[in-house]
Amino acid sequence: MEWTDAEAAAEARLGNRQAFRVLVERHTAPIFRLAFLMSGNEHDAEDLVQETFLRAYKHFHRFDASKAAVGTWLNRICVNCSLNLIRARKNRREEAPPDEPELNWLEQVAASTPTPERLTQSGQIGAMLGPALNMLTEAERTAFILRHYEGSPMEEIARTLGLKTGAAKQTVFRAVQKLRAALEPAWGGVRR
Amino acid sequence: MNHLNDEQLTDVYYGEPSEHLNACEECRGRLAHLRQLLDAFHEFPIPRRAAGHGAEMWTRVLAKLPPERPKNGWLRWWVLTPALASLLVIAFFIGRVSQTPRAPGISETARERVLLMSLSDHLERSQIVLENVANDEPGSADLADERDRAHELLGANRLLRQTAVRLGDEKDAALLEDLERVLLDVANSPDLARTQRQINQDGLLFKVRVTSVSSRERGEKL
Repeated sequence: MEWTDAEAAAEARLGNRQAFRVLVERHTAPIFRLAFLMSGNEHDAEDLVQETFLRAYKHFHRFDASKAAVGTWLNRICVNCSLNLIRARKNRREEAPPDEPELNWLEQVAASTPTPERLTQSGQIGAMLGPALNMLTEAERTAFILRHYEGSPMEEIARTLGLKTGAAKQTVFRAVQKLRAALEPAWGGVRR
Repeated sequence: MNHLNDEQLTDVYYGEPSEHLNACEECRGRLAHLRQLLDAFHEFPIPRRAAGHGAEMWTRVLAKLPPERPKNGWLRWWVLTPALASLLVIAFFIGRVSQTPRAPGISETARERVLLMSLSDHLERSQIVLENVANDEPGSADLADERDRAHELLGANRLLRQTAVRLGDEKDAALLEDLERVLLDVANSPDLARTQRQINQDGLLFKVRVTSVSSRERGEKL
């Protein structure tokens, strides 16, 4: 009989490794997706998935099935691991001497101004979205990814970011506004 | 007619209902445009992984897991022993303090020394929890550890505070009262910012550190 997530989590909480294995194998793909979106880097995403599951194992006694689904709980751990990585990267960048000028995304977009259709057809769209996401602050990026890709409710995003629900909603909105400002030159502008 | 503003339009995109849209072509057009832009983010290319990615990840995770724990209940007691022992020691000596006439066999000095060392040890452990909470970032998953520890420290804190009150040590009693309030907050409050403000208020960490050191020094001299 196949375990449900809730059954596997209850067993894993008691130290059952087979149950934990079920959760790892089942949740690796969605956690990898989230880790990749947060880090923007395949290699880092792999490490983040591993770190997420190691932390989950260590702290499984704290998992409370009445408060969140195991997938939501794992997402939250993954986001925290990702934020730690992003901060460490930022510190490394601040310490290292600058070797090349910062990529000016807005200038790049303004120079090319392709139509959305062309962008989609040519497969350039992914190349545009990455830098646009990189323009966001940690909180904005996290809030946007959780809302947009994971479909997380505002209360969950607020808990993850340690904010009030209203502030989390504002953070998502700010992220959307920044993304619009970055992409609209290429999109032809949104009517107001 | 009041059109939807950008924030409301974003809410609608993420699923909030809007009756206005039924009647307003202009807002429907703006929403369609926003949808086109935001939907594009679903095309963000995620690297593909082989079918066995989950199994491969399990192998990597398993290699880093600690050896499996024996299932005996004694292990839990072994882990809990330090906290439990200090609580019992404190409770025992507090019992001695409150008994009149005092039981023979334990000198006044020995009792005072044990209480001072217990107080120092308790403040030292509390200090670690407070420092971790004070330096924590919003949203950190690790704070749950501190909540558990704060919860464990509360019992000893209450006993020590009651003893300080009974012995007329107003300074230690006041410090332990402030500490108890913050430990309670750490153990129960989901509002990290508020707890951090409480810790930073009136130099609590500094007082805990100083009292811990001075209690240990006083105890060692006895």
